[in-house]
Amino acid sequence: MSNQSFVRTEMLPEQDPPASTVGVLGWLRENLFSTWINSILTVVSLVFVYYVLSNILSWTFLSVWNANSLTECREIMMATWGTTHGHACWAVINERWQQMLFGFYPPELYWRPILALVLLLVALSPILYAEKVSSKLLYLTAAYPFLLVWLMWGGSIWGPLMAAAGFGIGYLAYRFLLPVAGGLTALIAAFLLPVLWWLFLAGPVAGAINSVIPIGIASVESREFGGYMLALLLGVVAIGCSLPLGIVLALGRQSDLLIVKYLCVGFIEFIRGVPLITLLFVASLLLNLFLPPGTNFDIILRVMIMMTLFSAAYMAEVIRGGLAALPRGQYEGADSLGLNYWQAQRLIIMPQALKISIPGIVSTFIGIFKDTTLVSIIGLFDVIGLSSAIRADTAWNGIYWELFAFIGFLFFVVCFGMSRYSMYLERKLQTGHR
Amino acid sequence: MTTLTDPPKEHFRLSMLLYDTRYRSATIQVVALMGFMLLAAWLLSNTIQNLEALGKPVEFGFFSEPASYDINQRLLEYDSRDSHLRAAFIGLLNTLVVAVLGCITATIVGVLVGVLRLSSNWLIAKIMTVYVEMFRNVPVLLWIVFAMAILIESLPAPRAFRGDNPTATMDLFNTIAVTNRGVYIPEALFSRSLGDIHFFGESAMRFDVSLDLIAIIVVLAGSIFAMRKVTAWANQTQEQTGDRPKIWHILLGLLFVPMLILLIALGFHLGYPELKGFNFTGGTHLRNSLIALWLALSLYTAAFIAEIVRGGILAISHGQTEAAAALGLRQGRIMRLVILPQALRVIIPPMISNYLNLTKNSSLAIAVGYMDITGTLGGITMNQTGRELECVLLLMLVYLCISLSISAVMNWYNERVKLVER
Repeated sequence: MSNQSFVRTEMLPEQDPPASTVGVLGWLRENLFSTWINSILTVVSLVFVYYVLSNILSWTFLSVWNANSLTECREIMMATWGTTHGHACWAVINERWQQMLFGFYPPELYWRPILALVLLLVALSPILYAEKVSSKLLYLTAAYPFLLVWLMWGGSIWGPLMAAAGFGIGYLAYRFLLPVAGGLTALIAAFLLPVLWWLFLAGPVAGAINSVIPIGIASVESREFGGYMLALLLGVVAIGCSLPLGIVLALGRQSDLLIVKYLCVGFIEFIRGVPLITLLFVASLLLNLFLPPGTNFDIILRVMIMMTLFSAAYMAEVIRGGLAALPRGQYEGADSLGLNYWQAQRLIIMPQALKISIPGIVSTFIGIFKDTTLVSIIGLFDVIGLSSAIRADTAWNGIYWELFAFIGFLFFVVCFGMSRYSMYLERKLQTGHR
Repeated sequence: MTTLTDPPKEHFRLSMLLYDTRYRSATIQVVALMGFMLLAAWLLSNTIQNLEALGKPVEFGFFSEPASYDINQRLLEYDSRDSHLRAAFIGLLNTLVVAVLGCITATIVGVLVGVLRLSSNWLIAKIMTVYVEMFRNVPVLLWIVFAMAILIESLPAPRAFRGDNPTATMDLFNTIAVTNRGVYIPEALFSRSLGDIHFFGESAMRFDVSLDLIAIIVVLAGSIFAMRKVTAWANQTQEQTGDRPKIWHILLGLLFVPMLILLIALGFHLGYPELKGFNFTGGTHLRNSLIALWLALSLYTAAFIAEIVRGGILAISHGQTEAAAALGLRQGRIMRLVILPQALRVIIPPMISNYLNLTKNSSLAIAVGYMDITGTLGGITMNQTGRELECVLLLMLVYLCISLSISAVMNWYNERVKLVER
């Protein structure tokens, strides 16, 4: 190789990548037109998207907002665009949005459900964003169930206060009996005393105090509840109560105690085996039969109970999945530290199991929130029931799409928000090495 | 050497029931059982008292009374003089019809959407995401009433098909009529029919099976059996001689010739829907309620199935694909032999529980007036007879049986595909 005449001694400057692989063009080539099949698919989808969007957007935005009836709406459309098709008549929402949101709740009291919703968000914030919000707000979270009942149904403040006092009594009983009578007696007393209080004393005491110091707000009947507010109320109660109940059921199902286990399995499988609508039939028709003669309690409360039981069974299965996914070593580790059953559950098992099952838990939440619409079948005026009621009005006879779009939007916002939050939470709690 | 001393003999004390771990679990269980039995007894005695006060003892005699309401979409013959039990049976079949139809459609759409969401085409993947999010985050009841409203409001009335210049025409070479009263499709007719066999005589569960249908199934099964025999013979010949005999024309002949002969012998022809007066006659009439329910349930469930399929495919690590490629497998075989068998293990159990959800959601038929078991037994029968307790409990029992059978299938499958470890 002696006749070698040229050796490059310095590096050539880097060249830019070909123009067709970078920037917008590169992205388009890679993601939309990589092969000829993809190109055809892209073109077809573009046409499809254009067709759908152009129709929906013109329907949504070239619309009538002010009219008193569908006929008037159509007259305005005829006058403006020369056609009655392809234009929304949002006038119905403009006129009835309050009814669709609040049902027949007295309009001068709308501030109460709104305040309840705002307080809900505040009360949830220390749980949802634990690291950003002061933990003092947890006191509000603890008080919220009673506040919710009081704000929604109104009446004397002493009823909810006395109900809350039951928990205080239980706590005090445990606190003072623990050094005196030992753990077990204290525990039994802490369970029994509040129950006795609620059953026999809370009502009369609340009545007595109220006759001396009447503090209260106007009370609202359950049959005036309705609309989207009802869905939110049922959803919040069912979600809030089903999580603890579901945890207990899941633990029961995983337990070594045979009878407890089979009771839990029977309950879970029964509830999961029947459709929610049959449970709502039970709530509306049969629950009064199962209770002592003469009991006649509120239909909304009955529906709440059945929905809570329903979602608790699903929740239990989701949490059981989380418990089963936990490696055996975690249980053994907890045992070897000398923790007892409840300590192990609280400190080792549950935090991990719940973290694993977050996606399942949230999709159960979303499911139960969507299922609240089923109450329209047993005659409660939730937002779908109200849409039929609005259509029964001669002024709005024959209006469908605007109502459905509005209802769909309301549910979509909340459900989509919940699913995004669950993704955020999953990322935040991610401690694995991936 | 130390000797072991016996542990001190303890007398049984009552407190040991709680503080001794040997007895504690028994104590808790006995207390739980007693609590449960007390609760059950309390509910039962309340119910008995309440029913006595209402003068409605629990009995199922009302089932043999005439139902006196009509069921317009049904598989078997039924009229309003038939008993409530017969109506419930027809309703149960309707539930199963919509569940099976829905599961099939939901699977096809769901698998397609799930695969397309993983497409390298950005636009397609996004469109599918929009579809999934839209259906998953809106209540199924809303989709059902929405589908019903579309069918009723936007389709032409039968009278639009009339006259010299009809505004609507039938589709698919004049064989299908899509109207706002439902869809009319051609029906299979046999001019030299073999007749029906009747099962269960005159009881409420009686049903007829067409002998023509049985004949078709028998011939089809025979053809498939013969085809498999021929394929096996071809495989054997290939192994012995190295040459594969040409069999595709034999297979095609075996599949079609016997069927054609049978159909001609039975005088098979299609009965087309025809416009008579103000409505269509002839053909099979699929009511709007059935179609709305079917469409809404399958599109709703398909969104969930799509997510399951996507998750299942993503769950198989890329190393599997690469290892299979390193073994020299082709793209199609990698999918069929390596990825799919593993992905199915992840996909099938949640898929079956979605089928279960679809079946349970089919009870929302009551919102659009499709007469399924909830519409008959839990709807009109309950309202007419006033037997809430019996009807609701029976309704729950029926759904429970359906659910438990589906779960049994799922458990059997899980057991079969379970990875055997350690």
